[in-house]
Order: sequence, then C-alpha cells, then structure tokens
Amino acid sequence: MAVNLFYFLIFPGLLFAAVVGAFLSWFDRKITARIQFRKGPPLLQPFYDFFKLLLVKETILPKHGSPLIFLLAPIFAVFGATMSGVFILLPLLNITTGFRGDLLVIFYLLTIPSFSYIIGALASGNPLAAVGGSREMKLILSYELTFLLLIAGVILKCGQQFDLYSIIQTQQTGTPFIGSISGIILFIVGIFCIQAKLALVPFDMPEAEAEITEGIFIEYSGAGYAMIKLTKYIMFFILPAFLIALLMNGFRLDGIHILWAVLKVLAVVLVITLIRNTNPRVKIKQAIKFFVIWMNLLAVIALVLIEFGY
Amino acid sequence: MSKKTLIPIGPYHPLQEEPELFKLYCDGEIVKDIKWETGYNHRGIEKLSESKTYEQVFFLVERICGICSTSHPFAFANAVEEIADIELTNRAKYIRSIIGELERIHSHLLWVGLAGHFLGYNTVFMWAWKYREPVLDLFEMISGNRNSYAMFKVGGVRRDIENTKIPVIRQVLGDVKKKIDLLAGAVMDDPVIHARTKGVGILTRQDIIDYGAVGPTARASGLAIDVRKDDPYAAYPLVNWKVITAEAGDVFAKAEVRLLEMYESISIIEQCLEGLKKEKEGDIAIKVKEIPEGIGNGRAEAPRGEVFHFVQSDGSNSPARHKIRAPSYVNIATFKKSCIGQTIADATISLAAVDPCYCCTERMAAAYDLNSGDKIMNANELINASVKRTNEIKKTINSQL
Repeated sequence: MAVNLFYFLIFPGLLFAAVVGAFLSWFDRKITARIQFRKGPPLLQPFYDFFKLLLVKETILPKHGSPLIFLLAPIFAVFGATMSGVFILLPLLNITTGFRGDLLVIFYLLTIPSFSYIIGALASGNPLAAVGGSREMKLILSYELTFLLLIAGVILKCGQQFDLYSIIQTQQTGTPFIGSISGIILFIVGIFCIQAKLALVPFDMPEAEAEITEGIFIEYSGAGYAMIKLTKYIMFFILPAFLIALLMNGFRLDGIHILWAVLKVLAVVLVITLIRNTNPRVKIKQAIKFFVIWMNLLAVIALVLIEFGY
Repeated sequence: MSKKTLIPIGPYHPLQEEPELFKLYCDGEIVKDIKWETGYNHRGIEKLSESKTYEQVFFLVERICGICSTSHPFAFANAVEEIADIELTNRAKYIRSIIGELERIHSHLLWVGLAGHFLGYNTVFMWAWKYREPVLDLFEMISGNRNSYAMFKVGGVRRDIENTKIPVIRQVLGDVKKKIDLLAGAVMDDPVIHARTKGVGILTRQDIIDYGAVGPTARASGLAIDVRKDDPYAAYPLVNWKVITAEAGDVFAKAEVRLLEMYESISIIEQCLEGLKKEKEGDIAIKVKEIPEGIGNGRAEAPRGEVFHFVQSDGSNSPARHKIRAPSYVNIATFKKSCIGQTIADATISLAAVDPCYCCTERMAAAYDLNSGDKIMNANELINASVKRTNEIKKTINSQL
C-alpha cells in the first residue's frame, strides 16, 4: 500500500512526471521562441507559472454555472493523468506491475483529462467554453479510434502481448519496432494522435485563442487553472514516453543508456514542437476527416504490413 | 426556427486589436446571422478638427489610425490643396509617394502576421513582424518617428529625404524584398493554409459592387479599383506600376493581393527614389499664405482602401467642416455576405481578412436644435429621414420622366 502511494504521489507519479513535464514544456517553449526569433522563457518559468496560479491568483467562479463540478473537473484531470503516468512509467523504468492487459487501462485513463476538460467547460456556462467543449468532444471521437488502432498494431507486432512491460522487453531483446516500415507508419500516426491529445496546433481548436479565446479554459483562473496546467505538464511527458515505450524500445537505465533515454524523449518532443510551429490550426471538420479517413487508413495499412511481417 | 447561440467576439477579444463587438448568432458551429456594434472608440475627430488650424489638423488626422497613419494626412492634404489649387513640387510628390508606399508595405506585413496569428500560425506572426521592423527603422531614419511620421503639410512635406539616404533605403528595400519572397513562399505553398483559406469568406464581384467595398478587399474579387490609378495624386502618375487583382474573392485571394502589392510598392519606391535624384534637394514645399473659401475632396489609397476627406473652408485658418470616411467603414459591411453560413473558425478569419480598423470607423450623428440645444433626431432617425427624402426625390424624378 505504502509503496503504491509512493508510486502514485512521488515517483514515477505526480511529482516526478510533473517536474519532468514542466521541463519539457520549457524545452518546447524555448524551441518555439528560438524559431520565432524570440528569446524564450527562463528554465524555471513553468514553475513560476504554476505556483503563481496556485498561490497568488484568486479563483473566480462563473456566476451562471455549477461551481462544484467546475472545480472538481481539473482535479479529475490531474488524477487521470497521474494514474496513466504511473501505468506508463513503471514498465518504462523496468518495474513490472504484473498486470497483464494494462495497455487498455492506459488507453482509457488517457482520455480522462480530455473528458474532464469538457465537463469543466460545460459546467462553466460560458458560450465560448461550450463551443470549445463541443470541439474537444468531436476531436476525441475522431482520434480515439486511430489511437486504438496504433495500440492494436503494437500488440500485433509483439505477438499479442497486452502489457507494456512485455512489449518493451520484446523490443529490447530484439529490435525496436520503429526499425520497420510498419513501425515508422505507426510512429507518424502516433505523433499526430499525441498532437491532438495535447491540443497543440494544428489540433488546438478546443482552445483556439484567436477564435474562442482559449475556449474550454476561458473561465478557469487561480488554483483551478493551476491544476489544468499541472495536467498539461504531466501529459506533455507521459504521452511522448508512451510512444517511446510502444515503438522505440523504452528506456534502459544503465550507464550511457540514460543519456539515450533523455535524448529519445527530447527528440519526440522536438518533433511535436516543430509540427506545432510550422502549421496553422485546421478546422474541426478537417481534423475529423484527417483522422477518420487518412490516419485510420494509414494505421490499417500498418496493420496489414505487420500481418505480412514488414 | 432552431435556437441560436450568441457567440460574442468582443468588446475585447484576441482576434481584434481594438474594441468592437461582433455578435455571431450560431446554430452549432454555423454562423446564421451577424450583427456588430462599434462606437467604443469615438473621439469626435471631425468636430475637433474644426477647432484647429490647417497645420494642426495634420497631427490630429494622423492619429485617427496608428497603422495607416499617413493615409489620412495624405487625403486631407489632397483636399486642402484642391481648395487652394496648389501644385506641388516634384520632389514633394515623390517623398509623399515614398512615405505612402512604405506605409503600405509595413501595414500589409502587419496584416500577414496577424492573419497567421488568427490561424494559430504564430511562427508566421513573429516572422512577418520581425521583417516589418526594418521598414519602421527606415521611417525613423526619414522622419524621426517609427509611426505617426508628421511628414505632411499644406503645400508639401516637412522633411526632405536627402540624396545621401537613398542608398540606405535601397538596401533595406532589397532585404525586405528577400524576406517577402520567403514569407510568400511559406504562405502561398503551404497546403494546410490552402485548406484553411481557399473558398472561405467568398465575396463575389457583385457583392463588392453592392456593398461598395474598396481596397484589397475589392481587388481580391477582381474589381480593379485603386485611387492611385482612378484619381491620380502625388507621384503615382509619374511612375510605372499596375493594380494587382485576384479573381477568387476568398481569404487566400486577399492574402495574395496584399503580398503582391508589397512588390508593387517596392517597385514604386525605387522609381520614386530614381526621380528624387533628378530633383533639387530641399525643394520640398511651397509657401501657402491662405486657404480661400471653397470645398475640397481629397482621396488617398490607404493600405485598406480608399480614404476620403471632405473639407469646407470659409476662408479662415481652420476648416469649417471636415468629413472623413475611412475604408473599413464600407468594408465591414461585407461581413453580412462573407460570414453568414460559415463555421465560427471560418467566420473569424473572414472578419480579419478585410483588415478592419475600427478606430477609423467610429462615428455618431445626431441633430440638435441650434437655439434650444434639444436633440431632435438620433442617427437612426436621420438615416430614415434621409431614405424617405431620397425616395420622394426619386418619385418626383420618375413622375417627370
């Protein structure tokens, strides 16, 4: 029990994932700034942001809404992100949970933050938040199937193992999945799914600052918004980590391999950052079409290729 | 009829730099109706202008709009010079055109950046604004100010562009041209930008004529109206250039027109600089003793379209009546055509595509009894009275025919 609590709250759960995620979000912001000829924030800026929101800023509640649900939603989001973080990071650190079939649990847990955002947005009673919420809902409906196909592809590739630990072990004893054609296709699919899950450009229409002024988060302030920031930090670490576990043979924590682990995470985050800085936001209709037709098609092609052993 | 949700854009909204309120009546994501309210910025400039001398009015009208801050003095100068029948020296004409075209470049670059920002493409936003900086530095070199240049006066310009500055201007323009090449390449060839802007917010040629839209908004729909060609002023008749038009009328066409216009502007400036070399240095203004009684219409092509100034002089040192019409005033009306039926995402970029500038647009009208000071009519009643009167005149004309 105590060790589970430690896993959940400190390592590799809430604290560790949040701190690493905050640094990654700094990395993302710094790269973005350099691309845009700006100087970029100092290293500790994500922490300043978080603690200012948590401790200094007052929490303003919307007048025409449901305050309880509005405030609970970000906490659900943090829980969902942390839980999925524990399930993803433990196998990555070569600690087996002994839970066969955790992939499907991770798949469900990863959607909790998005659903919490929608619930919070709808509870705020703001019309712009409602538009954002409906967009987020459409976005989830479009990318979830693709994400499931990605996981199915990986399961198929390693001989029907349903747990992350054996998937990583299979890759570490053999070759990483990304070394094959189907692996590369799955990686592309995965990157776009992450982009949509993190609500980054080109799939940031639930927030869309210039259209609906941060949409789903428009009414959040103070501690509630700090929780959303925390969720975003955690998600910014665990989603790339999940992709690394699925396709890029996870981490090995001895000697020089630690450096490789760090570089792998940074590389995936770099790809995400570059995509978000070289594209405009697409419309929700175009996003649905993109995932439902093109990304699903790509994922199915990968599945077929896996069947034929490529 | 289904229930519609009101999505407000404004009074303060990241989409627009200025306070205004657009009410989008939406059914789901589809905009069914649009209404707008301006008037948050009303400063009574036309009235203020009547209390200032002609020299002071230049500084006042320059502050109507921060971005196209030279188009208003330009139009006002044209109006006053029409009253006084003043013919400028060639050097003053060239300098005026150079300032006007430099302003067009920086204003269009600003728009490209903002359009990128509205599409969530912040890299374009930052790049376009960085490339705009050298143009502003040029303004600082020429006039001492990055914005609101205070270059115009009745009968000429206040400061000369010395011949020693010409190579510097040339060099900066060369750099800016390369940057525009880069930007145009990045924007015009990006398939995702095509997906976002092509076929969005289409205004047909007929819509433009119906709503009387002007500037790049009109030219993007294939209507080649440009005050610089239609009613030539300053040095525009002296140089070779063409009016850029596009046919599609969508947001992409508007971006295309603006990007290509920047190349035209650079070419105009280079020809003006060439002309400047032939003229005597320091010959920038003629002395104007007085403005006689009369009325003058001044027009100038601002980056957003035609600016119109009407000035009535009673022979004193300040205008007796000064009327201003900025391009956004007519362009905003086209939103009824371009936004209805679109999704919210498309509507916002359609709103931004005409490059609206609200502080130019603010106005109020009311009729007061001169003796008692009581309000007789408000703006709506005035408009209704005007419509009624027009119909009566039409009837009499028809009955006479």
